[in-house]
Amino acid sequence: MPRTYAELLRAAREAVPEISPAEADLLRESSADVTIVDVREDSEWEQGHLPGALHISRSYVEQDIEAAVPDRDRPVVLYCAGGVRSLFAGQTLQTLGYTNVRSLAGGFQAWKSSGHAWTMPAVLSHEQKQRYSRHLLMPEVGAEGQAKLLAARVLLIGAGGLGSPAALYLAAAGVGTIGIVDFDIVDLSNLQRQVIHTTDRIGTKKVDSARLAIAALNPEVNVVAHEEMLTGENVERIIAGYDVILDGTDTFETRYTLNDAAVAAGIPVVHASVYRFEGQLTVFQPFEGPCYRCLYPTPPPPELAPGCSVAGVLGVVPGIMGMLQTNEVLKLILGIGDSLAGRLLLFDALDASFTELRLRRDPACPACSDAAVKARRAGRPLAVVAAGAVGPVGVGAVGADVPFVLQVRS
Amino acid sequence: MTVIRIPPVLRATVGGAKQVDVVASTVGEALTALVERHPSLRDQLMTTDGALNRFVNVYLDGQDIRYLQELATPVAEHDSIIVLPAMAGG
Repeated sequence: MPRTYAELLRAAREAVPEISPAEADLLRESSADVTIVDVREDSEWEQGHLPGALHISRSYVEQDIEAAVPDRDRPVVLYCAGGVRSLFAGQTLQTLGYTNVRSLAGGFQAWKSSGHAWTMPAVLSHEQKQRYSRHLLMPEVGAEGQAKLLAARVLLIGAGGLGSPAALYLAAAGVGTIGIVDFDIVDLSNLQRQVIHTTDRIGTKKVDSARLAIAALNPEVNVVAHEEMLTGENVERIIAGYDVILDGTDTFETRYTLNDAAVAAGIPVVHASVYRFEGQLTVFQPFEGPCYRCLYPTPPPPELAPGCSVAGVLGVVPGIMGMLQTNEVLKLILGIGDSLAGRLLLFDALDASFTELRLRRDPACPACSDAAVKARRAGRPLAVVAAGAVGPVGVGAVGADVPFVLQVRS
Repeated sequence: MTVIRIPPVLRATVGGAKQVDVVASTVGEALTALVERHPSLRDQLMTTDGALNRFVNVYLDGQDIRYLQELATPVAEHDSIIVLPAMAGG
């Protein structure tokens, strides 16, 4: 027996209870235990939607609702533009066994005209949707996550063994701004591992070489070149405004300088270092986890800590560690997963093994302890890095009440 | 036997070994046994008065001994000690 549209609509309205915009707003504000689903088409969603709503076009409701709302007894509010399509979608959910489904009366139009809050979604261009499609397919990233990546500012300290793979994968992922601190030029001996540079760019500045590679891979990435050595004088200016810092430097002096400034600025540092066949990796999240000085209060003497140019390194080791750093950076930007804050990951290429160690904040840390924060605010930081303070000369505990300090400002 | 894992930078000093087995009841005894067997390690790991150098971290089964009982931390058979100096390479 054929039925008319009016009859179908009447049946849907009888089956699916409606909720007014005011009631829905109250429910949304007062309870986290409700899922709001926008069943309109992509082009409508892009013009604005209810805050916190999920978007499942009505044509995908049957396919996608179980993954989005696994609990069939969870309260669900559906809406469309005018309140009709959401009634029919509500019937579909009831057929699937959802027990607590309501439809927003009057839809998004009624919501807006009664003055309730709404937000604009992240809208990607057609080209961006194609370029980042493998990200967009995953709900953990999606358009919102990709928009975060596009808006993110990441600073690489060094475009060397760790920074090269990091720069390439950050650019590929669509990180909007990549700052690079490096004053070096490309040397033939770099190319065994620093894969962002090329043979025909030997002799050019590393920041320029990296910029060319990034532009070729993803022209929409903004590269900010800081062609200078990171020092106590310029570090505050250079790191300002960045969301995450990837430490790919190769001296202790720079690592301590960076640590102290990043702690003061509250910027997380994703740290890695390498030696021959091994690497160390962690995340220094200021005041939530330990900082570099909590981990290593003082640097070793030079003979105990040779860099790659003295000791050598299997090229793939900084590659692997740089990629693991990039993984941490992306997780921090996206706000997903568990970061390595408070955990030190050791990689051994010969064993092909990872070892995880527990790290803690040092309550007496001269950079991130409460006392250190107070002292810094008073203009008398407990810890400062003296130029050349990488060996036994100029290193040591100075004064019984300020242990683990490289140098104390006089 | 307690296993002490030797970091790459110190392996030349212990004849290339990746790990050294010692018999000990504390971390301090284990490290003392290690440096007695390989005396040239002493200056690299310890200060003249026998304390650990500040640039060397020691982990017992993944935990930093600074937050256990330092060198007095007891070790059981089959425990694993990791000696870890900072590395700078990048």
